[in-house]
Amino acid sequence: MVPESQRKHDVSRGARVSRSAGRQLMEGYVNHHRKVARDSAERLWRSPVASLMTWAVIGVALALPVALLLLLSSLEGVSAGWDSSARLTAYVELESPLEDAEAIAERVASDGRIDAVELVNRDDAFREFRVSSGLEDALDFLDENPLPHALLITPEASARSEAGMQGLIRFIEAIEGIERVQVDLGWLQRLNAVTDLLVRAVWVLSLLLAAVVVLVIGNTVRLAIESRRDEILVAKLVGGTEAFVRRPFLYTGAWFGLGGGILAWIVLEVSLWWLSGPIERLADLYRTEFSLSGPGLVGGLALIIAAMVLGWLGAWLAVKRHMDDIEPGEIAGG
Amino acid sequence: MIEFRQVTKRYDSDHTALRQVNFRLDRGELAFLTGHSGAGKSTLLKLIMVMERPSAGELVVGGQLLNKLPKRQVPYMRRHIGVVFQNHQLLFDRTVYDNVAMPLEVMGVPPKEAGRRVRAALDKVGLLSKEKMNPIQLSGGEQQRVGIARAVVNKPPVLLADEPTGNLDPELSAGIMNLFSQFSQVGVTVLIATHDIALINEMGHRTLTLDHGRLVSGGTPFQGGVHGA
Repeated sequence: MVPESQRKHDVSRGARVSRSAGRQLMEGYVNHHRKVARDSAERLWRSPVASLMTWAVIGVALALPVALLLLLSSLEGVSAGWDSSARLTAYVELESPLEDAEAIAERVASDGRIDAVELVNRDDAFREFRVSSGLEDALDFLDENPLPHALLITPEASARSEAGMQGLIRFIEAIEGIERVQVDLGWLQRLNAVTDLLVRAVWVLSLLLAAVVVLVIGNTVRLAIESRRDEILVAKLVGGTEAFVRRPFLYTGAWFGLGGGILAWIVLEVSLWWLSGPIERLADLYRTEFSLSGPGLVGGLALIIAAMVLGWLGAWLAVKRHMDDIEPGEIAGG
Repeated sequence: MIEFRQVTKRYDSDHTALRQVNFRLDRGELAFLTGHSGAGKSTLLKLIMVMERPSAGELVVGGQLLNKLPKRQVPYMRRHIGVVFQNHQLLFDRTVYDNVAMPLEVMGVPPKEAGRRVRAALDKVGLLSKEKMNPIQLSGGEQQRVGIARAVVNKPPVLLADEPTGNLDPELSAGIMNLFSQFSQVGVTVLIATHDIALINEMGHRTLTLDHGRLVSGGTPFQGGVHGA
């Protein structure tokens, strides 16, 4: 930092330059940071209602996008869960005898991307269909079994991506004797498309709300600067550097961010706790593994740090914008 | 210590606050700066404090040419200049001690060392017993002395005062002036802007008189051209 080195230079000018003097200066610098940090925190504490309101605004503005991001990552978990149970159904040509179907099954099973192949005999399938569909009488009118032999194919885990599945479909469709391959990728693709869209929307929303946080803190800090105008004047008058004069306000911004971040975390955890019951029931009804997970310790800490950075940024903008207007020239009169 | 060489300060095209001012104050010298109101006293002080920059001429303080001093360097320059104001500019949200400690705080002086120096300064102005009070509880004269303690606490080589006795009765004024001459005796260059003629005559120090921006008495004759420092 430039001011630090200059301060050193300043003090050591014409005096003996000793290591202990340097260390003393460093200690003074650290002490000053500590004092300013404590002092600006105490100032916030002294007007609890006003501070709490600012914290609440920041908390809500941060909790909203984070909640949406958590929801989206949970949705991505759903599609990942579907992938793990992904199966292909390949129908053999209707006329093919069972031996052909068995040969095809063997050939498919020998491919590296395939985990397991189950051959469903068309006669078994027809019997089962009769029983489960409740159409026994109607089916009796059919001259012959309309169902082909079918292969239930489970791919290796590595082949369960969307692209991998497409590749497998092409491979199996190319085998002679296969009528067609069916896999219901449609809804997964739609879910993915919707999730992609939502992710972008949430990022836009996050950016906007981050801007809100910066502006709210910037405005609050601007008021703080106005109320401490005299102090800034005197500090500049007695040789306070820009960094020195700025420091308390930057800490104020960071503390606003800290409080807002903690509130956002609390809001998130409480909302998740409140929603977790209904979500579990809903997931149960859909027989999915869906669960809305909280930010966790690391996520929570990251949220708080991000909030502090935003607070610092807001304060910095306010300071940059308003501090230069306060020059000690005005107190010396005409 | 302070040298004005043909210094002119124009605020805008039709208002010239100082015209070709020449003078020199040496180390340990005490001088008064006087003149009618609007004669340019405050402008002259502001130039020394680098609140304003000269429009023309050269201004050297402590061997440093101030005309083009980078803005970044201004705070470090101000640490070498103590200033006392008529309305003393004390902060009423903190104690006398904390007010006086401010110049040391901006320099990053460790608390122990700062404590020693603040008490020495308060002792010098006779207010050691009031360090824990709020300046608002003090009388006008006492507040002015707190302002002086703050101006000298970091032992600056230059001390400026703008109407330091403006609101005080003659007896208190004499006390304050006495303090200033004590500082000059230990090597501080003191420049006091005042219109208190009685006081000036009584003290018998060098007097710089401004009239419509011109230095009409007490200046140092200008020798040679303006050159870089």
